[in-house]
Amino acid sequence: MRQDTRVKLEIAGVGHSYGDLRTLDSLTLAGEAHEVIGLVGPSGCGKSTLLELVCGLLEPSEGTIAVEGDSGPEERLRRCAFMPQRDLLLPWYSAIDNAALALRNQGTKRAEARIAAAALFDRFGLAGFEAARPTELSGGMRQRVAFLRTLIAGKPVLALDEPFASLDAITRAEMQEWLAAALRTDPRTTILVTHDVEEALYLCDRVAVMSARPGRIVAELTAPHPRAPDRDGAVTDAGFVAVREQAMHALREGSR
Amino acid sequence: MRRWLLPALLILALLGLWQLACSLGVIADALSLEDFLVPSPSEIATSLWENRSLLAENAWVTLREILFGIAAAFVVGVGFAVFMHRWQVLRDAAYPLVVASQTIPIVVISPILVVWFGYGLTAKVVIVALICFFPITVNALDGLRSVDPESVKMMRSLGASRWQCFWRAEAPAALPSLFTGVKIAVVVAPIGAVFAEWSGSSSGLGHLIQSDTAYYLVDRQFATVFVLSALALILIGIVALVERRVVTWR
Repeated sequence: MRQDTRVKLEIAGVGHSYGDLRTLDSLTLAGEAHEVIGLVGPSGCGKSTLLELVCGLLEPSEGTIAVEGDSGPEERLRRCAFMPQRDLLLPWYSAIDNAALALRNQGTKRAEARIAAAALFDRFGLAGFEAARPTELSGGMRQRVAFLRTLIAGKPVLALDEPFASLDAITRAEMQEWLAAALRTDPRTTILVTHDVEEALYLCDRVAVMSARPGRIVAELTAPHPRAPDRDGAVTDAGFVAVREQAMHALREGSR
Repeated sequence: MRRWLLPALLILALLGLWQLACSLGVIADALSLEDFLVPSPSEIATSLWENRSLLAENAWVTLREILFGIAAAFVVGVGFAVFMHRWQVLRDAAYPLVVASQTIPIVVISPILVVWFGYGLTAKVVIVALICFFPITVNALDGLRSVDPESVKMMRSLGASRWQCFWRAEAPAALPSLFTGVKIAVVVAPIGAVFAEWSGSSSGLGHLIQSDTAYYLVDRQFATVFVLSALALILIGIVALVERRVVTWR
């Protein structure tokens, strides 16, 4: 159980610029094994950039990012699974082949990869849609397939970039409950970027509030009932509402 | 049904009008020509039937030039596009050249190419390939450039090698655009083949049209034009059919 006690993720003094545009400034954040960390902040504060940095898709201009103790970009790329904002399902593959992409990339035969993915299709309420093309799926189903695709990669760290931003309010609440359940049964160290404070506080153990660009962390809040089975009860509870107000306050202060 | 019926009716009406104009001698009178220089559709059909083996022989020659030319342009063009997509420097250097290559009219250089490559098949293939190279290369490159950079990131994060990323995410995304290029190539290829034959050859549909001019065999010339056009239409049909089988997600 060596891994469970280790710090999985360590972001230390990270700064980043795109040319002259300063996106992140001396940002420090750490995550433990199986901890779900939320990142909320105003639009354009560098949340998505931070995710790409963690996943080894970008390199920081200053500071270090270590995943399971290694800070090399290749190691980060190997250990983090990035789920982009849009589902980005490839339209030429069926739902199951999309979900199994990571296995195929690892060299698994198509038939075996499908069998492995099919097991999860049942668990995530996608049974019967294995052969469907992405265009035949609803928004919520597409997002679930995209999440499966990220999960099947089998990486210790999940990096989710506003996974439910494109969904309507009802589907969104359902998907939050679904993701909470998925993380309860299969806990992973997760960073979740969202602009929805309620979503962050419901799904995450800890929520970091970022300032406007260049993004820094202005507050870290502990969620009272992370991933509670009764979502509606959890988000209307007085403790939850109080923390949500705190987060909103920090967000407003940081946006100035 | 309607999709086929309407154009078919229009064609029939136009042919009928043409036939009528010929039997009344309206066109020949207007142009002050002998009647035999303005053949009617039925005369052209007769010529088509009577010259069927001659036309087939020459059509086969031209078809081979077209197919080899398109194949050569496809291999070189797609190869070029992939390299230019992969290496930015190469694209910056070569793209203006690819565009510039298209400003040289094929009519002007085909005699030179015939001098270089002779009267045989090679010169024709080179000329057809030159005319097809541009639409294939540019469309393939546009297709590759239209790939969502986010899906490339997603593939990288899913452990894809560059090669896997290309085959699974980039190449399929570029396919519809590539097919557009091939369709344009198929349309212009017969033009290239005819020019190539006019620059020097002893067979082919272009050659036949040219040599018939000397004997005022206008009916056979029309029949040849019909065969050439039918050839191009069949090729477009085949490409469209393949596209529908391959690009199933649109």
